[in-house]
Order: sequence, then C-alpha cells, then structure tokens
Amino acid sequence: MTDVDKVSKMVHDVLENQDLAVLATHSSGQPYTNLVAFLATKDLKGIIFATRCTTRKYMNIVKDARVALLIDTRSNEEADFHKAMAVTVTGKAQEVGGEEREKLAGLYLEKFPHLIEFISSSHCGLFKVVVSKYTFVSGFQNVVELEVIK
Amino acid sequence: MNPVIPLDHIHEEHREFVGGKALAMAAMAQEGILVPDAVCVTVLAYQEYVATTGLAERIFMELNRKDFTDMRWEEMWDASLRIRNMFLNASIPLLLEKNLRLALEPIAKKGPVVVRSSSLEEDSSKVSFAGLHESYVNVKGIASILDHIKLVWASLWSDAALLYRQELSLSPEKSAMAVIVQDLIQGDKSGVAFGQNPHDESQAVIEAVYGLNQGLVDGTIEPDRWIIDRATGRIISHTPALRKEALFALDEGVRLQSLPFEKQMVPPLSNTDLKRVYELVRRLEFLFGAPQDVEWTQKGPFFYALQTRPITTLPGAPSEDKRAWYLSLRRSFRNLVNLRKKIENEHIPAMVSEANQLATQNLKILPDNELAEKIKKRSHLYQKWVDIYWADFIPLAHGVRLFGQVYNDIVHPSDPYEFMDLLGTTEMIGMKRNSMLEQMASLIRNDHILAKSLKSDIPQIINEEFEQRITEFLHEFGYIFCHTSECDEGRRGVIRMAMKLAERKAAERRIPARGKKSNNLRDSFFSLLKNSQRTYAAELLDLAKASYRLRDDDNIYLGKIEEQLSVALGEGKRRIENRGIESGEELTISEVIRALENPHVKIKRRKEKKAKENHFSITMRQLRGQPASPGVVRGKARVIAHPSDVFSFKAEEILVCDAIDPNMTLIVPLSSGIVERRGGMLIHGAIIAREYGIPCVTGIPEATEYIQTGDSIIVDGDFGIVTIANKAAK
Repeated sequence: MTDVDKVSKMVHDVLENQDLAVLATHSSGQPYTNLVAFLATKDLKGIIFATRCTTRKYMNIVKDARVALLIDTRSNEEADFHKAMAVTVTGKAQEVGGEEREKLAGLYLEKFPHLIEFISSSHCGLFKVVVSKYTFVSGFQNVVELEVIK
Repeated sequence: MNPVIPLDHIHEEHREFVGGKALAMAAMAQEGILVPDAVCVTVLAYQEYVATTGLAERIFMELNRKDFTDMRWEEMWDASLRIRNMFLNASIPLLLEKNLRLALEPIAKKGPVVVRSSSLEEDSSKVSFAGLHESYVNVKGIASILDHIKLVWASLWSDAALLYRQELSLSPEKSAMAVIVQDLIQGDKSGVAFGQNPHDESQAVIEAVYGLNQGLVDGTIEPDRWIIDRATGRIISHTPALRKEALFALDEGVRLQSLPFEKQMVPPLSNTDLKRVYELVRRLEFLFGAPQDVEWTQKGPFFYALQTRPITTLPGAPSEDKRAWYLSLRRSFRNLVNLRKKIENEHIPAMVSEANQLATQNLKILPDNELAEKIKKRSHLYQKWVDIYWADFIPLAHGVRLFGQVYNDIVHPSDPYEFMDLLGTTEMIGMKRNSMLEQMASLIRNDHILAKSLKSDIPQIINEEFEQRITEFLHEFGYIFCHTSECDEGRRGVIRMAMKLAERKAAERRIPARGKKSNNLRDSFFSLLKNSQRTYAAELLDLAKASYRLRDDDNIYLGKIEEQLSVALGEGKRRIENRGIESGEELTISEVIRALENPHVKIKRRKEKKAKENHFSITMRQLRGQPASPGVVRGKARVIAHPSDVFSFKAEEILVCDAIDPNMTLIVPLSSGIVERRGGMLIHGAIIAREYGIPCVTGIPEATEYIQTGDSIIVDGDFGIVTIANKAAK
C-alpha cells in the first residue's frame, strides 16, 4: 500500500462512494464540526460543498479558510475495526463564483440532484476546498499521507 | 439446535454443523463398525463463543494487520500464536459453558477422551493436509475437556491453515470448527491404513506401531509397513521398523516409553490381524464409495476405526511453492533434540574451522585468475552453508515455538511472548561480543591519554590491556567490518565502535538484566506443572534455550564464512577499480569473476530508473508491523542500507534496517529502538532487542523506503506500530 497510484485510487474510491463528510472549522480556536454533502473533483485536488451564508460554518470559514474534512466507510458495526477506511482532508476553503461556480454546481448537482433548490438559492455559497493533503487510514492503524504537489 | 449431538443422532443434514470427520464417524457407527463412543460439539458452539467474546473481530483485526502476500511464514506463525492465546484467555460464556458441561458430563465421567477437530473447510477441500488442525489425546475431566475444545477451535487458525487459506477458503466470516469428543481407546497396537497407495493405484498400505498411533501420525515413531495387492489381498512386502519405543497414555497426555524386548522382536500385526485391518479398509471404501485413509487401533480382540477420510491428492507442490517446506519445520521434540546435536557437534565446528582456514590464505599475492578461482570456491562454500542453514539451523528454531506453546497452554499469559523471557539468560555470542566491546569502552573512559591518542589521525594504542583486548576480539570474531575493499577498516572499525560506546554516559548504557524476572517466571511455570510433566518440561526448556541461542549464533557463524567471501570479493573489486572503472562496489560476484579472468571484458552499467511524474507525493505517517519487543520510544531514525553505515550510528538513534546482521548487533546497545523490514518474533533483531529491553517493531517491508535517516519516528513495540512524526529537512 505504498504506491502513489494505488493510494490515490483507494482515496478516490472512498470519496466517490460517500456522500457526507464531517467538516471541521473553528471560531477563535474552538473547533466546530458539521455534516456536509460533498463532491471530490476528478483530479482529487478539490472538494466541493455548499452552505448558506447564515450558517456558523460559513462565518467560521470567512474568518479562517483552513478546514479539515473526514470521510469514512464505517457501517456502525463491529467489523468497522478492520474494514472501515477513513480519509482526512486538510486544505483551504474558498467560495467560488461566476463561471467556475456554474461549472462546479453542475457537477455537484449530478451527484445530488435533489439539492437543486438549495444550490440555486441566492444565499447559498458554493465552496471549493483546495486540498493540501489527504491522510488515509486503513486496517485500523495503517496511515499514509498524500500531499498535493503544487 | 443443541450445541452437542451424540454420534448416533448425526445424519447427512447435519453436515454443515458437524463437519466431514464427525459425519463419517456417525456413518460408521450406524453401519455397525466399531468406533469409540463419541459426541460432536457443533459449529454453533464455536460461532456463539467467538461472537460473544468479541474474538470474531479480534481474529479479523489480527489477520488484517498486514497484507497476506507480504507475510513471511514466521509472521503467520506469530499471528497464529497470538490468536491461539486469545482463545486461551477468553472464557466460554456462562450459558454456553453450562450447556456444554451438561451435554459432555456423561462422556467425561466414563474416562479419558480424545478431543478431535472436525472442520468444515478441511472436508470441503479437494486436497488433504496432515496436521492442519489439532487433536488432543488422553484428556481427563470436564474442565480440561472444555480447555481442549478451545484449543481445537483455535487450531482453525493454525499457521498451517493460514498457509493454505486460499485452498481452504478460510475466512473469519464463514469458517467454523466442530469438535469430536470421543472415548480414548487405549489400544495395544494402532496404525494408519490407506485403502489405495497414493503412489500406486493397485496397492493398499497398512502401517502399524505398538501403543497409540499419535507417535506414528506426528513422525516420532517409525511404523512397520505392509504393501498389499488390492486385487488379491496378498501381502506384497513388509518393511519392519526399529521398534524401540511406543506411545502410551499416562496421567494426562501421552508419553514415549521403551518397548519390552519381546515386543521389539515381533511386528505389531500378525498376518491374521493384517487381514482384519485390510477388511476394515475395504468395508469403509464400500461404505463411502472411495478409498479411505483410516486411523485404527486394536484393543484385545477388537479393532476400532478412530477416524476416516477419503484419500485425496497431496497438495500440489511446484518447486517455487515453499509451503510444504514450511510445514516440515513443525518438528517433534525428538527430532529437534537430534537436530541440536548435529548442529552443535558437527555443523558449528565445521563452520568455524572452514572460516579459520580461509582466513589464513593471503589473497593479495595471488594473480587475478587464481583470485577469481578463490572467489568461486568461497561463493560455493558460502552457498553450501546457506543451504545447510535452511535445512537444519532454521528448523531448530521450532524448539522455541514448541516450548512457547506448552508454556502458554499451562500459564495462559496475557503476553503470548512472555515465554521468551525464560530463554534469554543463556549467553549468546552476539551478547558476548558486545560485552567485550563494552570492556574496551570502559578502558577508554578511564584512560584519558588513550582516549586522546585514539582520536588522532594515526591512533596509537598506548594501553597494553586495550591492545590485548583488541587482539582477543579480532581473534575471536574476525574482521567483522571487512565488507569493504579497504580491509584495514576491520581493526579501525572495532576501535571506532569502542570509542562510540565510551562516549555514552553510564545511565545510558544498556545492559541485559533479566535474571530475576526470568527466574520468577520459571518458578511459577514449574509450580503449575504436575510432577509427571516436569521432566519433559525441563528438557523442552533446555532445548528451547539452545534453539534460541543458536538462532542468533548461527547468524554469526554464517557471517564468518560470508566475511571470507567478502574479503576475496573486496580484493577483486579493488583490482577492477584500479583498472579505471569508477566503482566496483555495485558489481555482482559473477561480474567480478569475469573481469578478473579476462581483463578486456566490458561491464555494462546498470541504468537508473526514471521517476514517474505525479500530482501527489506520498508520505507514510504510520506503519503497522509486528510487536517484537515491548516499549515506546521516540527518536531520530538511522537507516542502515550498507554495512559501512554502522559507523555513522549515533547513540540513542533508532536503528532502521532490512534485517539485523552480525555487524549491526554491535550497535544495538547504542540504539533506543529498532525497526526491521523482515517480520517475526524469532528473527535476530527481535531476539537481541528483547535481550536489551529495546522497543522493536518488525515486518514493515516499506520501512527502509519511507523512513529516512534523520526522520523523527516513534516506535511502539507494544502494538507493532511505527509513526513518522517529522520528516527530516531535505
């Protein structure tokens, strides 16, 4: 499990098969987490999610763009201890606009067609997390990091 | 369904609950063939036990520690030992225990029993495996029967089963084990009969020994053997055995006893008996519709069938399939005692004398072609000893395993490797060598003038005792740093190592200290044994200690031969370099020989691989291996990729390497932790780390690739995890 291609494929598979991620932001050092519906870009360099501008996470990101996301394959059964895989994403979230928003919103809605009204509403921000690192955990304790080369 | 079914209630529809062996026993009983009275503990009991105790998931986690394709056989043995210990330490849930007691009490009260495996996998497999799962003979009383049922359950995950996991479709989700508890028939004679000779379809084979047939099955006792013509029932041949001993039930378990002279002279079976065994085999073949492999015993006038199974093909063994060889490593106590004698009395003296003889040859004066000849000879000699190493030295390591199993069965320790603390008080050569170095270091510490002189460019030794110690050291252990073409390094290397040790403060010096703990463990182990078990246990412990010590020493002896090959090879490379080729270091043995034989030969340089472009860079954060020596430590990594890297080793660094070889044993006392690519508890690194009480993790194949010298790493020897906390700045 040491090959870049192999690990990025495994990360890709986890991200593709999950809909929800735990998003971590903070306010004055106090950590705060939420569930968000997410989409990973094909090149794995970005994670897309949406939130209304009235939410606490929106305000937290405005103050500090550094975020982390946790995406995992747990099924809430005992077998999770050997079977479950988890991906922690760290990076910076930026709200997207204009053409890029239109393009990413289209991709996002392909995965979550039922969120059309939510995405189209005027106070919904679409965010792209520019990924700096993936931390991939498998087999309970094997941990490998994939860093995006800039 | 009741978790226990009597033999006469078992029918075809119970197959998936009782396994093939129990089903065959029931079919024989129902057909009127004499079999010992028995009951079957169905797979439902196994399933309830592993689910309730959480063992199901723990087995999963143990087997998922590492990709199976990356696992060495020794690691499978370790995994199997850990799983076995989980079974030993997990009690049977109260309700299940109550039900089992109720159902097994009648058979337990009748007398001693045999507890046999009846696995579903073994039955469904198209290949047969000897000794895949365990059976226990002469078990007495309900408590002991329950303990042995757990051991048979655990043997579903034996190292042999793990090796053949694919053929068996072994999986923690589906696999389960049924257990047969049957009356022990204390037969006068016993044996195995093959309805059809696996090597000749026209023949049948009958083997027989006096006493119980367990000795025959595990290879301790040689049987008399008859070949019979299947068409006529005529005896084709009889190969008598040297009938010295036989296995009998004694107190609990079985023991070897000498045979009285009159029995030694007479084959266990008369022609009439032979005919009856053959009739039994033919009858079973008719009953099951295929030739059978039958275990039988004779008590008085009665012949009992103990178990039967169809004769299947032996596991296919293409030459690259080493699994049959791995299984051959599981040897009997008797076999190992003989192996020890061979190693101590023949192999080691021969290795020492051959290495010493080579050391007297002066290679520098030889012309190139003669040097090439010497390299060839030394390379063949080294290969010969490597072969012997695999054939005899490695199997002896099983002595440690045999003792470990007995210790764990008696003591039920929480640490499955606690038994190793009893083995380490014998002096190993590697430890002796380190202690001689420590004495030299002590002289340097106490003699400032000597210390100063050694630091100068041309060190002058002005301390007689130091000079004497160096000479003794080199005489006893050779020029162990001579893996480079510059062989003066040998003496300098030893001095440098002693200087490094001298720099350490008293508090930092590691000395092996475990005598008291070891004695306490030994005393409590022996206090748990019955009188009748003590002699065997003491002999087994003695064997295990020798096996443990030799497991490290053999490496050093083999190193002496390898050193002589390296010296010759180094001389060859030096001469080739002098011809203007940049570096001879990377040349293979055959390239060196060719270049020495023919000065005009051209050597192709190896091309370097081009790195592939990628969008990501990969870093290992946490790597999982085997916990080989307990403790947690954080420190700077030092990767030893080349023998000369040991000179750069600094005190308190963490040693990261492929496998600890004789050179590296010297730096072990300087290190604060050890990480090895090779896995297993009985590899040199693990043994020496435990001796010094240094945390050690083995079996991380990526270790030398992803850990770099200078990285800050954490070695967790309790759980077998290595964390790369901070990468060194590039």
